[in-house]
Amino acid sequence: MTATLTRGAERIHAAFERAKQEDRAAFMPFMTAGYPSAAEFPAVADALLAHADLLEVGIPYSDPLGDGPTIQRASEQALAGGTSTRRTLALVKELRARHDTPIVVMTYVNPIYAVGPRQFMRLAQDAGVDGLILPDLPPDQDLEIADLAAEHGLAVTFLIAPTSTPERVKLVADACTGFLYAVSVTGVTGAREGTALGEVPAMLALAREYARVPVAVGFGVKDAATARQVAQVADGVVVGSAFVNAVGAGQDVGALAASIAEGCRR
Amino acid sequence: MSLTLPSYPQPDGRGRFGRFGGRYVPETLIPALDELEAAYREAKTDPAFLNELDRLLKEFVGRPSPLYLAQRLTDHAGGAKIYLKREDFNYTGAHKINNCLAQALLAVRMGKRRVIAETGAGQHGVASATAAALLGLDCVVYMGAEDIRRQALNVFRMKLLGAEVREVTSGTATLKDATNEAIRDWVTNVRDTFYILGSVVGPHPYPAMVRDFQAVIGEEVKVQLEALEGRITPDAIVACVGGGSNAIGIFAPYAYLPESERPRLIGTEAAGEGVESGRHAASVAGGRVGVLHGSMMYLLNDDEGQIVPPHSISAGLDYPGIGPEHCHYSETGVAEYVPVTDAQALEALQLLTRLEGIIPALESAHAIYHAVRLAKELGQGGVIVVNLSGRGDKDVAEVMRLLEMERDQGLLDKDVEQVIQEVLA
Repeated sequence: MTATLTRGAERIHAAFERAKQEDRAAFMPFMTAGYPSAAEFPAVADALLAHADLLEVGIPYSDPLGDGPTIQRASEQALAGGTSTRRTLALVKELRARHDTPIVVMTYVNPIYAVGPRQFMRLAQDAGVDGLILPDLPPDQDLEIADLAAEHGLAVTFLIAPTSTPERVKLVADACTGFLYAVSVTGVTGAREGTALGEVPAMLALAREYARVPVAVGFGVKDAATARQVAQVADGVVVGSAFVNAVGAGQDVGALAASIAEGCRR
Repeated sequence: MSLTLPSYPQPDGRGRFGRFGGRYVPETLIPALDELEAAYREAKTDPAFLNELDRLLKEFVGRPSPLYLAQRLTDHAGGAKIYLKREDFNYTGAHKINNCLAQALLAVRMGKRRVIAETGAGQHGVASATAAALLGLDCVVYMGAEDIRRQALNVFRMKLLGAEVREVTSGTATLKDATNEAIRDWVTNVRDTFYILGSVVGPHPYPAMVRDFQAVIGEEVKVQLEALEGRITPDAIVACVGGGSNAIGIFAPYAYLPESERPRLIGTEAAGEGVESGRHAASVAGGRVGVLHGSMMYLLNDDEGQIVPPHSISAGLDYPGIGPEHCHYSETGVAEYVPVTDAQALEALQLLTRLEGIIPALESAHAIYHAVRLAKELGQGGVIVVNLSGRGDKDVAEVMRLLEMERDQGLLDKDVEQVIQEVLA
């Protein structure tokens, strides 16, 4: 753990702080890089960024075991279109040239190992990435990755779940430098029927005991109504599959983003 | 003699074999893995659990499986004696049932009435469905659409046994994707579901636990070889490796002996059309260190970290990774791993069938091929034990197709019999 905040962490915290000042939960849409194609992705990202406090960009991966069918299919399509690990970072670099909004990259751990952890961090730093979300890396599995991220100015975010014990929540919260990601349900990503808050309040109460960073909630938030529920209790709201579905159906993602951003007001 | 489960010095407290293994899974599963580890640790020393497992292995599976001297194969190879550990004798036809029964008993003990499993060729799926039927558990088996098409009979078997077979269409629609889907199910239903994982892969404690449940193979060999040869340790042990559970089952009881007492341990990897062709499943020879299904291991993946689909003539070896303990054995020189191609496996299958009247699974045929090579190398007086991990019934239709294809490709004036005679020549 580094005592001083990295540049990425500072920018991420500032985005959450701004939203808080305006009595909102920070709104963080997600999109798979290179979806629906490498050529069309920048326009999709621009539409999301117009309403976002932070943007989460996913590196397409062949075996995304934390994701449901929506993001799996988007990843397959993006990979087939030639967007893989390095190309994702290049796409982020293009976005960074036009936007100042913090951008966090979600990646499974294997692409980091394949590129080489140090080289990966160097490329991410060069692309202007602010932080990483690591869905299949419990923080006690690899201490080097978090250190290398910090060395390259990047924040790291790990996940907790409704099944997490107080000991695990403490361990994960201690390792997070950007924000803490609380998964709303036991399960994988994807829009669900009638997401209720269910186990979220209890999990957040636990998270707040230990977290020194903002806490965002994701998985199953799909519209303004579900965002409004989550915004009451969380510092940030992450919405992924709903946007991926909208892109797939050729719908106006900008309009959906505007409406969900509105739902994030308290 | 009642059953005891072994205690090996590996993995360490973090579930690592050297740098391999670990728990690279969504945080949701960490408490479930902790719970499983604790339940397993308790069961391991509980006489009630051990006696029940012992009884089922004897009365339901038919253990111990014979250790058989393959005399005509030995004569043909012209060197060391070749013994076959006959896991093909087990009920359901392969070594898989050893692990399935033990895990299903553990599920019952933990109060989980729903079990899930992944399967490639269908062997582990059938074994899991069998164990679930025996113990009255609900069972869901995930299977790739591609494998469902190729293994219709095993799909029907599982359904007959009362299991639900769920088709997986994501990714390459094969074993690795079925495994992803099983893990997704487990993440979703983690509180009431037990995941019966079929090989020595996955997050800790699976590689260690599956090894312990399969170690009965090697422990029996020790006793049987002593009776037959007056020695516990052969010169070499050969076993095929996909994920690696049958190989670990016969290696582990010998792997932790002092080096002077250790036999040569040789795993045969599926080299498909050749390691250079790119169409293979040889993770040690053609892969590099990566993470898949919760574990760090040798893995077929490209330089961007995307998993490269494996290929093998045998669906059971068609896995892009190899268990973390094997990776550690390879790195520390405890075992060696050699590639064997599709064509060589097919040749060995015919050889064993003709010389011994035993049709091996295509998986096991990979080990037979190398054993014949090795027998010559070791020479008279040497002793080799080959793990014959499963029987070939499931592969007969595929073998027929392949041999007819060989005949049709420029061997037009020959029939299958002549092709086989050439193999034997």
